[in-house]
Amino acid sequence: MQASDRFNINSQLEHLQAKYVGTGHADLNRFEWAVNIQRDSYASYIGHYPILAYFAIAENESIGRERYNFMQKMLLPCGLPPEREED
Amino acid sequence: MYLYSLTLQKATGIVAAANGNFVGGKSQEIVVARGKVLDLLRPDENGKIQTILSVEVFGTIRSLAQFRLTGSQKDYIVVGSDSGRIVILEYNKEKNIFDKIHQETFGKSGCRRIVPGQYLAVDPKGRAVMIGACEKQKLVYVLNRDTAARLTISSPLEAHKSHTIVYSVAGVDCGFDNPIFAAIELDYSEADQDSSGVAASDAQKHLTFYELDLGLNHVSRKWSEPIDNGANMLVTVPGGGDGPSGVLVCAENFVIYKNQGHPDVRAVIPRRADLPAERGVLVVSAATHKQKSMFFFLLQTEYGDIFKVTLDYENEHVKELKIKYFDTMPVTASMCVLKSGFLFAASEFGNHALYQFKSIGDDEDVESSSATLMETEEGFQPVFFQPRGLKNLVRIDQVESLMPIMDMKVINLFEEETPQIFTLCGRGPRSSLRILRPGLAISEMAVSQLPGIPSAVWTVKKNVNDEFDAYIVVSFANATLVLSIGETVEEVSDSGFLDTTPSLAVSLLGDDSLMQVHPNGIRHIREDGRINEWKTPGKRTIVKVGSNRLQVVIALSGGELIYFEMDMTGQLMEVEKHEMSGDVACLDIAPVPEGRQRSRFLAVGSYDNTIRILSLDPDDCMQILSVQSVSSPPESLLLLEVQASVGGEDGADHPASVFLNAGLQNGVLFRTVVDMVTGQLSDTRSRFLGLRAPKLFSSIVRGRRAMLCLSSRPWLGYIHQGHFLLTPLSYETLEYAASFSSDQCAEGVVAVAGDALRVFTIERLGETFNETAIPLRYTPRKFVLHPKRKLLVVIESDQGALTAEEREAARKECLEAAGMGEKGNGNVEQMENGGGDDEEKDDPLSDEQYGYPKAESDKWVSCIRVLDPRTASTTCLLELQDNEAAFSVCTVNFHDKEYGTLLAVGTAKGLQFWPKRKFTAGFIHIYRFVEDGKVLQLLHKTQVDGIPLVLCQFQGRLLAGIGPVLRLYDLGKRRLLRKCENKLFPNTIISIHTYRDRIYVGDIQESFHYCKYRRDENQLYIFADDCVPRWLTASYHIDFDTMAGADKFGNVYFVRLPQDVSDEIEEDPTGGKIKWEQGKLNGAPNKVEEIVQFHVGDVVTSLQKASLIPGGGECIIFGTVMGSLGALLAFTSREDVDFFSHLEMHMRQEHPPLCGRDHMTYRSAYFPVKDVIDGDLCEQFPTLPPDLQRKIADELDRTPGEIMKKLEDIRNKII
Repeated sequence: MQASDRFNINSQLEHLQAKYVGTGHADLNRFEWAVNIQRDSYASYIGHYPILAYFAIAENESIGRERYNFMQKMLLPCGLPPEREED
Repeated sequence: MYLYSLTLQKATGIVAAANGNFVGGKSQEIVVARGKVLDLLRPDENGKIQTILSVEVFGTIRSLAQFRLTGSQKDYIVVGSDSGRIVILEYNKEKNIFDKIHQETFGKSGCRRIVPGQYLAVDPKGRAVMIGACEKQKLVYVLNRDTAARLTISSPLEAHKSHTIVYSVAGVDCGFDNPIFAAIELDYSEADQDSSGVAASDAQKHLTFYELDLGLNHVSRKWSEPIDNGANMLVTVPGGGDGPSGVLVCAENFVIYKNQGHPDVRAVIPRRADLPAERGVLVVSAATHKQKSMFFFLLQTEYGDIFKVTLDYENEHVKELKIKYFDTMPVTASMCVLKSGFLFAASEFGNHALYQFKSIGDDEDVESSSATLMETEEGFQPVFFQPRGLKNLVRIDQVESLMPIMDMKVINLFEEETPQIFTLCGRGPRSSLRILRPGLAISEMAVSQLPGIPSAVWTVKKNVNDEFDAYIVVSFANATLVLSIGETVEEVSDSGFLDTTPSLAVSLLGDDSLMQVHPNGIRHIREDGRINEWKTPGKRTIVKVGSNRLQVVIALSGGELIYFEMDMTGQLMEVEKHEMSGDVACLDIAPVPEGRQRSRFLAVGSYDNTIRILSLDPDDCMQILSVQSVSSPPESLLLLEVQASVGGEDGADHPASVFLNAGLQNGVLFRTVVDMVTGQLSDTRSRFLGLRAPKLFSSIVRGRRAMLCLSSRPWLGYIHQGHFLLTPLSYETLEYAASFSSDQCAEGVVAVAGDALRVFTIERLGETFNETAIPLRYTPRKFVLHPKRKLLVVIESDQGALTAEEREAARKECLEAAGMGEKGNGNVEQMENGGGDDEEKDDPLSDEQYGYPKAESDKWVSCIRVLDPRTASTTCLLELQDNEAAFSVCTVNFHDKEYGTLLAVGTAKGLQFWPKRKFTAGFIHIYRFVEDGKVLQLLHKTQVDGIPLVLCQFQGRLLAGIGPVLRLYDLGKRRLLRKCENKLFPNTIISIHTYRDRIYVGDIQESFHYCKYRRDENQLYIFADDCVPRWLTASYHIDFDTMAGADKFGNVYFVRLPQDVSDEIEEDPTGGKIKWEQGKLNGAPNKVEEIVQFHVGDVVTSLQKASLIPGGGECIIFGTVMGSLGALLAFTSREDVDFFSHLEMHMRQEHPPLCGRDHMTYRSAYFPVKDVIDGDLCEQFPTLPPDLQRKIADELDRTPGEIMKKLEDIRNKII
């Protein structure tokens, strides 16, 4: 790698992508975008206790169960990924 | 429009709790996070939970932990919040504040996926702390001491792992070896790539140990091993000589002991026998109890059952893990076992409780063990148990929690002086309707009838050093009654008091003599029984008296003042006379200051609307020092010392100021500061207390002087956490009062009202509201008021619960199984959840404590209840059948008036949210009120094509929001008849307000839509909407163009239709219809403007415009999920707006929030804050150190006193 590469836009982007989960890229597909949004949302629900309580009331579950369910949903928030096109 | 936001009731729910020695010394305290409030609690000697300190932090507290440096006696608090910072706090006993010891920034603010704050774990030896996020990031900070023994914190060490979800972290106790942290992790990177789903189903949770190498200052992944895929929580197992070390992994249905190099020890969590097979058992909270010789864990499941977990181990080898059923209590967010044998249970919904251990569960009970774990083909063999009454714990105190407030209305239903706040609180079997009244709760200790109508009452000690009062003296129109206080209170005649005359004052004089002032003289009763009598000259009588322990001033009819002082020999000597210009209305002398001979000031109120301060110094005796004119003749005076500002617990470092309080005949309490040297009066404040002239009495609250003001209702003025609070008491009108102290009640009040003598104590000081709770059956959803009959109609519904009959059958079965069949049969009628302590004793299985048995998630139970709040009785209760659940309710008068007021209830049948929202049918029920509105009778039931989530009366018809359709119905004979509809709403309609021909519709995700109904064309159309997607949770109609709303993310906002647009629509003969047909970007042609925006930080569930004080302006009152109540008051002058916005600005700069969140960004968390001033921040002004107060006051060109007065004034406008 040459010294100038460090400063080009691609390497900066890569740095951001490594540091901040969810930073997009040019070839981001709909599924990846949605997965990222969903995970952010679940993390936000878990972080905001009043929202968690609000969901717990709606579903008549304990808050602890609700938190666990949201954590579990972070694994596959949008179902299975689409099949990759051969390239 | 500018608004002032003020929290009236701080959040009552609890997010997290931790216990430790935060004050230092022997006692144990509990620190609790209530969302944005951090509280320090302590159970007192009587087992009552007391709040020591409560701080609003303007941030979201997500986790709490406590740690102690080795050899130290005091614990520190670590706070994980949304600030992107780790904050370490220490409680400062002297100043009664939390000191921020360290604040280290590590990331962005906000509750984000990869910014730590969600999890906290400390090394059991207090050497390091780990703070983690939901995903990827974990940081470790090393804690140490510097040479001056101050706590130091290192720079963060990273323990990140990307593409990894973290479920829990815990510190591993490994003695003084390198600190280790354990985490439950799940790697999702492969599942994201694999479209076949194989990787996702193979995804495996791991237990990972991170070792902090103190020598290398480096964190490494030491060990990682697959664990049960249901794992959700870790609990530290004591180690380093006290136990085997390692962790307990709590997983769905299992508890597993794990340690590096140790085989798994797994035991199954016993299941409730009635639990549906598809449901797992998840541990939601845990507490550890550790003594020198033993330790055990208490784990609570999501159903509320507590299990005691013990380990059988030898050195570092665990042989057996036992899980024994312990007791059942409402599900907690957090549990704390205190060393003093208490268990603090912070309930996730409803009241918190303090339990005492009766035993530690050593008796026989249902137990599952790792040794007897059976694995069959279908998996592990479950162990079953039946919940039973409390055996090992006994509840000794409750702390009220309103969480969650589901609906709220402010109505003056009882026609009291101030309106009551009706809140629907709680969930499932712990639901209740709570009636809140502003004021302090009192507990009545005794009421006794007297032979006549008493006019006054005093209590008096026999000796100044006595702890308790000796006599209660009651004065009647022509007699005086003396009661002696002992084991019982009885009349005595040997007290030396003259009983054939009314009394004007009775008090202790000198060290041990008593004084009775009656209209014709002063009777001085010496300790040895000698009586000195001073008679009034001529035919004049004494009208008013003011006295303290050494000084007496009397006012004779005609306006002459005579001043007496006690001399060295204990004689009362006349010192000076003074002629006033007219009759004296009232008198008061302050108590003799500590170490002084006399109090310097005498306050005299005259009927010419003035109050004078006279000197009692020998040099200028009876000279007038200052005069204050008031709006109406003063009725009563009281000089009271008030601390100007918070200091130490004794406030010694701040000079106290003396306030002259005057109760005026027009019902106003007038307060002014008396200069201690010159006697000049300054800084006046007044407050209307009630319709009668307030009479003022001195009393004692928490060992300090306080003031009782008796107007048309009693008030208490006292000092609470540095603030002077004037709060009404929830009690009837009193005539006269005195403080009362006896063996049974240390700080009571004795008062007369009517012909009764009452003794009471004041409870839960510092609270704004006191509550009366009426239990309900299921989670309350909404309620309406029957306007004429003053009855409430509440709809309640619960998902996944069995119907009342099924529950009753199951209960009987269960009780019979427990051999209590005969007893249980008596309870068939009692289907309500436990309505009080007595009932709980009879009922071994109260639903309130045990929860309803769980059913399949598509089962619903629901009921409609007509409640008479005055008698707290349910006059009618209709259980809905067949999985039908009620979601909306309204009263409606159809224009044909055949039936009068009808009740419409919207229901859904077989509603399911998961995996996709679906339902079998929706209905609108129409009920008639019969038997004076007490009973409901079904008129008919109309099936509709969606779930009617909102109903509203409109022009003699019924408007219903059914999914995305707004529809107008009229009443038919057999069913409702569709008249008109609009299907153009984006998602689901959840609120409808109407005003004239406008309809304000709230959508679940898309904020407000303003609609119009054209009668002539029978058309409903939307003419304006909002451009911001708001997930509405509450709404209220403010005026013709303005709506107030609250969204799911904790914001409150107001939108207004611009005036010109509004006029245009009103003037347009088509009502903007032509424009509507054109539309704009798939929306309405006009857009409303946001005029107010504020982040409350809590989900607001109800909004209402109301006034909480008689004659006061209206403000918006809101209730939240966390059980707090707040108010938004509109400013009336530009000057106030300027003042408060500057004060807020300075407070932001000089007093940044405790947990590191920036105040401005917090209040603008989702949208920039607009035109709302945060009163909670402004009200922290009195807690600042005095020099900082002065600095801010200088910037504002005022004195700190003036600022505090302003704060008090604006608070008094709200409550």
